[in-house]
Amino acid sequence: MEDIGIVSYGSYIPRFRIKTEDIASVWGKDGSAIEKGLGIKEKSVPSIDQDTATISVEAARAAIRRCNINPQDIGAIYIGSESHPYAVKPTGTIVGEAIGATPNLMVADYEFACKAGTAGVQSCTAMVKAGFIKFGLAIGADTSQAAPGDALEFSASAGGAAFIIGKEKVIANINHTCSFTTDTPDFWRRAERKYPSHGGRFTGAPAYFKHVTSCAQQLMEKAGTKPKEYTFAIFHQPNGKFPVQVAKMLGFSYDQIKQGLIVPYIGNTYSGASLVGLASVLDVAKPGDRIFLTSYGSGAGSDGFDITVTKEILNLKREKAPSVMFMVNDKEYIDYGKYAKYTDLLYWE
Amino acid sequence: MDSNVARFWRQIPQRYNLIGNQCGSCNKIFFPPRESCPYCRRKSMEKMHPYQLKGKGEVITYTIIHVGPKDFEEQVPYPIAIIRMDEGPQITGQIVDCDYHKVEIGMRVETTFRRIQEDGYTGAIYYGYKFKPCSVD
Ligand SMILES: [Zn+2]
Repeated sequence: MEDIGIVSYGSYIPRFRIKTEDIASVWGKDGSAIEKGLGIKEKSVPSIDQDTATISVEAARAAIRRCNINPQDIGAIYIGSESHPYAVKPTGTIVGEAIGATPNLMVADYEFACKAGTAGVQSCTAMVKAGFIKFGLAIGADTSQAAPGDALEFSASAGGAAFIIGKEKVIANINHTCSFTTDTPDFWRRAERKYPSHGGRFTGAPAYFKHVTSCAQQLMEKAGTKPKEYTFAIFHQPNGKFPVQVAKMLGFSYDQIKQGLIVPYIGNTYSGASLVGLASVLDVAKPGDRIFLTSYGSGAGSDGFDITVTKEILNLKREKAPSVMFMVNDKEYIDYGKYAKYTDLLYWE
Repeated sequence: MDSNVARFWRQIPQRYNLIGNQCGSCNKIFFPPRESCPYCRRKSMEKMHPYQLKGKGEVITYTIIHVGPKDFEEQVPYPIAIIRMDEGPQITGQIVDCDYHKVEIGMRVETTFRRIQEDGYTGAIYYGYKFKPCSVD
């Protein structure tokens, strides 16, 4: 089988953090109970001059620095996000220009709650396989917003990851991919509304768990694999609890998921979440490692990937860009007042 | 297109990718790009070629802004520095991702892609470079 997969990758996490206990104290809630319940200690906060376009550019430039491909050979850019800076004008046009990939380029922005980035990886893989493009760039990035005082305020954060897909110098082969999609109204944001709404308890069993387990089982059936054959597993991480529970339900151990479990330190980066986890795994991966990934997007759907790391990863200049753990640890704490200013909570129309 | 949008649009190569130019006669590099080389003058005519800076440099001097212009009011206090790029040109730029009292002369910095300004909540968003401490040099 011909190798098609990840040629390079990069990620970006904004530097500011706010602690769960600091958000809780503003609303008169028990911070340590929430921290325990959600499994999130702190979350990343974008600076006032950052958005999904700037995060995408930083992640994409990191990916290019590591592999030295000619950006003019990138034939498609798909960016998944629920916080594109413009409702009409694709983020991909800005990213394409900023990495020097324009103008002979296919671009579209994707939106599928937290799984729009993995949908981009699937599209790029298909386009490379069909021979339409030499390289494709798929990005999942968000600066997710939550209404002040809403439960989501403890998790909604910012970050993203970018993946160059191709069939030359593939560092991680995408062996199989599949999806599981239904109409499930667990979480949504109506057009022209600033903050999302959610179905409360409805977000668990019939939404996240049903879609992730169904997609994961379908993928292992397709690949003919068992959980123990994987070195690493990454699940969408809306909080620190769901991915741990779903891993257990499917038969994966905590050791398999911990390298890709980033949400306790930065919160839920939505379209970036499972892909930042994948970037963290690729930061340490060795030839022969097998990676299992399932994303989840409300609404609802899940994309699954069965990936094998190749020898080529030893030639990738991973040191040319900061690792996920470096960015997790390179942080500056802010209080709720600054958080409100940076995330535009003080603005109303 | 209003004049703000048109002006920014023309400057996208400079603002996004630090595209300056190089004199084909004496090899000096300029940013922003110049019509002709001030050293070679007529000899440089038709010999100015686009040249992309790598984005790394060193702080020559800096100041801390406490009262910022309209689009930067919410960012004060913040450092503005003159940076000597590794290729030679000196660029003025804002330094971000760094406590302002930790900025120092000689510090290595690199470009980062940020929002620079916007035409209010309904207008265009303008992106470009700022500087941050070097993460990987
Ligand atoms: Zn000259």
